Amino acid sequence: MNQQPNYTEHHPRWYRTRVSTYWWLEKPAYFLFILRELSSVFVAWFVVFLLMLVAAVTGGAESYRQFLAWAARPGVVALNVVSLLFVLLHTITWFNLAPQAMAVRFRGKRVPGIWIAGSNYAAWVIVSGVVLWLIVQ
Amino acid sequence: MPDRISLQVLRYRPEQEAEPTVQEFEVPCHKDWVVLDGLNYIKDRLDGSLTYRWSCRMGICGSCGMTVNGEPKLTCATFLSEYAPGPVQVAPLRNFPIIRDLVIEMGDFMRKLPEVKPWIIRKEEKPLAEGEYLQTPEQLDDYKQFSMCINCMLCYAACPVVGLDSHFLGPAAIALAQRYNLDSRDQGAAERLEVLSQHEGIWGCTFVGECTKVCPKNVDPAGAIQRYKLKATIEWLKSFFMPRGAR
Amino acid sequence: MPKGVEHKRPIEPLLWLLFSAGGVLAALFVPVLLFLFGLAFPLGWLPAPSHSHMLALFGHPITRIVLFVLCVLSLFFWAHRFRYTLYDGLQIKHLNEVINVLCYGGAIVGSIVAGYILWQVPH
Repeated sequence: MNQQPNYTEHHPRWYRTRVSTYWWLEKPAYFLFILRELSSVFVAWFVVFLLMLVAAVTGGAESYRQFLAWAARPGVVALNVVSLLFVLLHTITWFNLAPQAMAVRFRGKRVPGIWIAGSNYAAWVIVSGVVLWLIVQ
Repeated sequence: MPDRISLQVLRYRPEQEAEPTVQEFEVPCHKDWVVLDGLNYIKDRLDGSLTYRWSCRMGICGSCGMTVNGEPKLTCATFLSEYAPGPVQVAPLRNFPIIRDLVIEMGDFMRKLPEVKPWIIRKEEKPLAEGEYLQTPEQLDDYKQFSMCINCMLCYAACPVVGLDSHFLGPAAIALAQRYNLDSRDQGAAERLEVLSQHEGIWGCTFVGECTKVCPKNVDPAGAIQRYKLKATIEWLKSFFMPRGAR
Repeated sequence: MPKGVEHKRPIEPLLWLLFSAGGVLAALFVPVLLFLFGLAFPLGWLPAPSHSHMLALFGHPITRIVLFVLCVLSLFFWAHRFRYTLYDGLQIKHLNEVINVLCYGGAIVGSIVAGYILWQVPH
């Protein structure tokens, strides 16, 4: 009658579900998240591509020309198109999440999120412009 | 709008079944009925054995959180008519063990919560005679958003990291820690940093951001965690460049 | 480092700092660079810069410093995100140490290679 109920940490009658390996397919938001995370792979590919370009330029005019010809091959172009899409996804998600990740104050007032995201986009435009101006003759 | 809607409710009766099953009920779909009203109708008229938690029916108590058509929701704030013509699937919150039907076991959260010391910590209490601790409206605004948490566990159900890593402190607990860190009366930030800067604290978070999206009180736990990462990193840098006393 | 490494000083803030800085730089620089060298120049949408122009550009110390920082931080950005993707996406947290060596080790090796290649540019 006066028996104490036996509470254990792993109660035998609790039903426990395990997270599926494919949990990131369960919701569009999760899927977008995993795409955002995978964008890092294409950023890494860009580093490889950039270093190949630098090495080609170091190698002389002929190796630079060969590099551009290699980069024009359909397979490489396809890879770079996909990479560019992922990198853009990274840029957009990164800037859009920035206001959430930092609370900036100016004269005691919290700066609205749109200003933080906006300044990121403005910086992006400026950096892209400067890079274009430096490279394109 | 049809005047009736079908509720597909997850049932788990441990004394008679090893796995949860789905039971379908027809309930009235009044314009002003929420999912919780549908469940109450089932319990009152159709099957008194249906088990679920609820109390205030006005988004304050945080006890009626369930998974409605795959999304974590407060069932008292989710209208049946939104899902017309139905069916509406009602299941317990994800990432928690199920005790019975729609009731989850949240002891894990209850153990994690006090670890972040969610109360005001003073190095020295000032004497009562000196009066209360005053706070300006701006100082209140600093933490007010994070103080709105009602511990409804929707953020835990939405967070994949909670499901994958049972040691992760989770969104609500970290947001609550931040609520006290940002309080001008509190002096316990350093103590909390010890707990939160562990791998299972803020660093487990990958900023999926779903906790913020499902929060019925707009607490923004994801923002709290990312800002905490920034703060922890600044403290870490300070520990290199500043003498101990200056910290 | 005045006090040396304390016993319980965590590594996470450093990794997160590298990750965030890399995320910012990658977001700012990579789209335009990838667009130019990956698509616009090879496909002839824009006239490719001459070899001498590229050599002068890459030979400039500021360019090389910027590119080195971009490469190193982007690699650590990759390492950090990819580590968590492997942990959570594939649920292979038990391979923790292998993943850490693969990701952060990869970033360190990549950084050394980047430094070497950028140093090799005639200057």
